[in-house]
Amino acid sequence: MSSDAEKKAEAARTRSAWLLSTPALIVLVFAASGPLLIVLTYSFLTPGQYGNVIWDFDLNGWVSILYTRDIFDGTLKLADAHLSIFWRSVKLSLLTTAITFAVGFPTAWFIATRPPAQRAFWLFLITIPFWTNLLIRTVAINEVIRNEGLLNTSLIWLGVISEPIRIIYTDTAVLIGMAYVYLPLMVLPLYAAIDRFDMRLLEAGYDLYASRWRVLRRVILPIVKPGIVAGSILVFVPSLGAYVTPRVLGGGKNMMIGNFIELQFGQGRNWPLGAALSMTLLVVVMVALLVYVRAANKEGNPHG
Amino acid sequence: MADRSFEVARLPGFRSIALTAFVLLYLPIITLVVYSFNAGQSVAVWEGFSLDWYTTAWENEAVKGATYRSLLIAASASAIATTVATMAALGTTRRKAFKGQTFIYVMINQPLMVPEIVTAVALLIFFASIKVATGYNGLIYLIIAHAAFCIPFAYLPIRARLEGMDLTLETAAADLYASHWQAFRFVTLPLMLPGIIAGAMLAFVISLDDVVITEFVKSGGQDTLPTYMLGQMRRAITPEVNAISTVLLALTVLLLTAFFLLTRKKD
Repeated sequence: MSSDAEKKAEAARTRSAWLLSTPALIVLVFAASGPLLIVLTYSFLTPGQYGNVIWDFDLNGWVSILYTRDIFDGTLKLADAHLSIFWRSVKLSLLTTAITFAVGFPTAWFIATRPPAQRAFWLFLITIPFWTNLLIRTVAINEVIRNEGLLNTSLIWLGVISEPIRIIYTDTAVLIGMAYVYLPLMVLPLYAAIDRFDMRLLEAGYDLYASRWRVLRRVILPIVKPGIVAGSILVFVPSLGAYVTPRVLGGGKNMMIGNFIELQFGQGRNWPLGAALSMTLLVVVMVALLVYVRAANKEGNPHG
Repeated sequence: MADRSFEVARLPGFRSIALTAFVLLYLPIITLVVYSFNAGQSVAVWEGFSLDWYTTAWENEAVKGATYRSLLIAASASAIATTVATMAALGTTRRKAFKGQTFIYVMINQPLMVPEIVTAVALLIFFASIKVATGYNGLIYLIIAHAAFCIPFAYLPIRARLEGMDLTLETAAADLYASHWQAFRFVTLPLMLPGIIAGAMLAFVISLDDVVITEFVKSGGQDTLPTYMLGQMRRAITPEVNAISTVLLALTVLLLTAFFLLTRKKD
């Protein structure tokens, strides 16, 4: 009898949990998850002449991710323009990850080795840009690197160069911009990992006559590895889907996947291709996030 | 001096890289803020202090409209997001694991995982067909879209606050014959209020800052401050954009400082 009552109470608790969560779920299904299913459906339809779609099944959206159809004989060829956009996106995202790691690891280490009273201050300095509008930070870096910007003006004033170096509207500009805007995303998880690192292990290493470099490679890096994986994915994922930074700093030509997707819904008038590209990006990001969750779980119980 | 103690945690060069990183992180932002007060057109040559660009921005009808819409959307979206997130947090914390818990967590955190451009495109398609079907083009689409992606940001601080509260006080209230509603109204709600305020502020900042989803969902004439700025950047940048950025920046810093003070752990 008592177990019956317990079951009833349990069911009532579950019901109330769901009832309380329902309003949030309705908003999310309506304006976040649900529309993703529509995108999936649209990727299998025929493009309309002025955008939108015609409700006829068509695999061309998916095929044209990689191939173009020859106008004359209708044969399929690899779409070089598309491939170069994918390659640029992957290349710039990997480079962004590498740069933010090279700068972010020493920064996170520096913060974690401050006296506890100062740590909050340094962390706050990282958090402010983290929460600052991405567009504002892109505008700010644009102020520095454009032809009449701070960098060129100072270099000319110092006499290092006579003509401004043209950085803006190149891949380099996009790379600098992404490294700048995503640096905090690397520093924060690295800091979390280093903060848990037991500094006594360093003493042990040095007692055993290891050099600084050896201690870094053999002791520190392996132990904070989950933090490195977390930071790298937190930087790689938004870099791959970046839209604002390449649009502002890359100009019209140096497109990344995000801008390429937008193009299909604008001038490109190929909604099914845009939808198929979106789904592809989503799948890649989901795989990366699964890796992240596994790394985060490992970090969660290192003493287990 | 030769026998200076050996600092174990010191790694050569790390300190200088870190300090350089902080300088590089703030230099562009400081440049932006400083040159928003420049008297001249240039963003490179300092021609004296003035508030001209702020008055220019303020007298610009497009900026006024965008400011109004930004604030209206952020206020409505964060109110909706905070309300539903508070309910969801009450439903999902301080209880044994229940059926579907993981599903609810995944749903709530989903806006954090899906690339913004993908959500933007999805909402563009979905809302475009509703707009055609109903003929209604109001701000409500933007408000709902913003409310959805603000939910995880409102939910996380509220949940963190609730998890730090045990059920002792509520049990005590029940022992003193408080009804469920009374216990909630006079015990639970006041205790979780700092979490709710923190969640609402975070949601407000996130909504205020959004560019991508707004850019895709908005109908004609529905620019918010960030999308207005993005549109302006197609042309030459004027210090007007710097002035707007500075105001937004100040607002963000203000709200974040308040957020940190509210969620600070009391020892």
